Amino acid sequence: MTRKQRRLILIGSSLAVLAIAAALVLSALRDSIVFFNSPTDIAEKHIAPGTRIRVGGLVKTGSLQRGDNLAIRFEVTDGKNEIAVRYQGIVPDLFREGQGVVAEGSLAPGGYFVADTVLAKHDERYMPREVVDALKKSGRWQEGETK
Amino acid sequence: MIPELGHYALVLALALGLVQSIVPVIGARRHDVALMRLGSSTAVMQFAFVALSFLALTICYVTSDFSVASVFENSHSMMPLIYKITSVWGNHEGSMLLWVLILSLFGAMVALFGNNLPDTLKANVLAVQSWIATAFYLFILLTSNPFLRLTPAPLEGRDLNPILQDIGLAIHPPLLYLGYVGFSIAFSFAIAALIEGRIDAAWARWVRPWTLAAWMCLTVGVAMGSYWAYYELGWGGFWFWDPVENASLMPWLAGTALLHSAVVMEKRNALKIWTLLLAILTFSLSLVGTFLVRSGVLTSVHTFASDPARGVFILAILVLFIGGGLSLFAWRAPMLKQGGLFAPISREGALVFNNLFLTTACLTVFVGTLYPLALEAFTGEKISVGAPFFNLTFAPLFIPLMFAVPFGPLLAWKRGDILGVAQRLMAAMGAGLVAIAAGFAIAGATSVLAPFGIGLAFFVMAGALTDLVERTGLFRMPIETVRQRARGLPRSTWGTAVAHFGIAMTLLGIVCQTWASERIVALSPKQSVELSGYDFSFDGMVQHAGPNYSELAAKFTVREGGVAIGMMEPSKRSFASRNTTTTEAALMSRGASQLYLSLGDTNPDGSIAIRIYHKPMVLLIWLGAVVMMLGGALSLSDRRLRIGAPKPAAKQAAANLQPAE
Repeated sequence: MTRKQRRLILIGSSLAVLAIAAALVLSALRDSIVFFNSPTDIAEKHIAPGTRIRVGGLVKTGSLQRGDNLAIRFEVTDGKNEIAVRYQGIVPDLFREGQGVVAEGSLAPGGYFVADTVLAKHDERYMPREVVDALKKSGRWQEGETK
Repeated sequence: MIPELGHYALVLALALGLVQSIVPVIGARRHDVALMRLGSSTAVMQFAFVALSFLALTICYVTSDFSVASVFENSHSMMPLIYKITSVWGNHEGSMLLWVLILSLFGAMVALFGNNLPDTLKANVLAVQSWIATAFYLFILLTSNPFLRLTPAPLEGRDLNPILQDIGLAIHPPLLYLGYVGFSIAFSFAIAALIEGRIDAAWARWVRPWTLAAWMCLTVGVAMGSYWAYYELGWGGFWFWDPVENASLMPWLAGTALLHSAVVMEKRNALKIWTLLLAILTFSLSLVGTFLVRSGVLTSVHTFASDPARGVFILAILVLFIGGGLSLFAWRAPMLKQGGLFAPISREGALVFNNLFLTTACLTVFVGTLYPLALEAFTGEKISVGAPFFNLTFAPLFIPLMFAVPFGPLLAWKRGDILGVAQRLMAAMGAGLVAIAAGFAIAGATSVLAPFGIGLAFFVMAGALTDLVERTGLFRMPIETVRQRARGLPRSTWGTAVAHFGIAMTLLGIVCQTWASERIVALSPKQSVELSGYDFSFDGMVQHAGPNYSELAAKFTVREGGVAIGMMEPSKRSFASRNTTTTEAALMSRGASQLYLSLGDTNPDGSIAIRIYHKPMVLLIWLGAVVMMLGGALSLSDRRLRIGAPKPAAKQAAANLQPAE
């Protein structure tokens, strides 16, 4: 085999692997990404029930209710709109009323949001960036608020 | 006084860094030995000053000097001593200081132990190392000075984030940084080689030990981070495909590829340009990792409060070094001489296969991590890319790679015989098939893929042993000969086998998590719950008082087949200083498997929510990483690497001619 042929084999197989990887990435990106929405987005966009989304904002003060079997209900607000969220399980340590939260799940036909994940944060001074942006958009955010 | 001393020492380190950035390069161009040697002295002095600066900050933390802003923000007088020390790097400013401490440490080590390097190469390497260091000294001094004072000094600190008050903080960040920053040496060597326009097999031999040492630290550092998240976050997960985790995985993948391609370069003088490119990319990914973690541009479960203004500075450093490095590569690399030839089926071919899959896997992680950023910048849509994406892209690329692992070391250099190798791997394949059958027999049809994963792991483990058995002649030769051969075998061969065994252990641990079981229940005292044959009875709650927290613990007695095997005490800690609680999971190891209990909220009726997990073989995930590191250590202790390249004869002769004093 000449140097040229060997190089062709090398380049050919590299391109083949890259093509496979690109195909995998593209198909995975179509199926497995999750869009982030603020309660206002949900109110305005008419997202189909069952689509996996993330919703973020503040846990509305006075909205947290606990039920049997570790069920909880709360409302997520961005100051303009609210969305009711239902979740069953254990919420993170830093989950409380008035704090930022990101929940992942889907909208139920009844207009409420069923979360299967409520995201934990490591730092009580940290606010998820999407939540900050959502609050800024609705005019509820003042710089330095988290300090 | 002490903070000012630390600040001043850092400024002096910056001054030395500037000198070292320029003078040795001029020396190397003019072949002026005195100018070139200057780099070695300044590198050692730089380390001394940064160490002094770091020591000063540590003293501020240990003595709880709250007049220093970073101490006030991140420490508390009631904290145990160990956390006072670890909180030095448990915040942005201090962790950047740790970063430059390690950077200057590596520079000093090259200066001290690089005696067998040619003078010009050493001078250039130290200069490039100093470019990086200078950029980061400037970053610290201009945007994140850890020595800023507060007047008047507060009486008490705001405490370290409770989740960081753990022994994990003492181990994970320093190891991770040793890994990240260690790759800077490979980068400096690559840039120096491009400046000189000359590269040969000896270059790979000089770079390999540094890369190997960095890789070992990074391997254990990533694994430690994973174990820490596993027990501290209380959700029993060991890897979340979170941007911050990916930031540490990408340099690991590229570094692993670099390690393998450097072997080809050292042994066969081939893949030279590719190895250079990998060296640049690996450190670039370390910089990207630092940027992602420190700038807070991505939402992550591990994110701590961060400051975007600093992100811009790191981004500038990033563009300068990655852009500069790659431009230099594009300009100079075509001038380098081509390397040796090899057939596609050969040891070199196998290592190219390894590199191809590792870098492609790294690329998919890169795309998955940065795609949300790019999409938001262009369309304003906010998305998150989670575990499903990575499972769909990373796993299909890693499976063929793992399958190829046993073949590589058995193939001959230059031209290999794949059928012969397959024949020699018959026993290993048999082990894999038996493992697949056993997997199906034990687990039934709960998962179709998992038994194949187990088979693959056993194939790789048996393959690593096959390599050793073949080379020592075990089962074929008298035991005395075997012992002699084993002793004569290069340490790097042992290292390869051990490291490959380790990655298979990690794979086995991960695959076994398919059979992990989980229960979330609310329990009242005296009730009990069963999971995977273990019986957990809740005995009641107890209160403890810690040094700076109060703890509410639930006592559980664990029984297996009616026999008590121990107590578990998961708890919640409340830290008054920050008004936060942390969940402390309780772990019980049964062989390599673990039982895992963590507490949720207390209900109005007095019952408490608990999560119970049974994690079969979960410890293998991290033990595998430790075994990989041991493999690296064995390889590092190889004679060839210790001695390095032969010393130039002229130097030896000159030494002999020196007059007696």
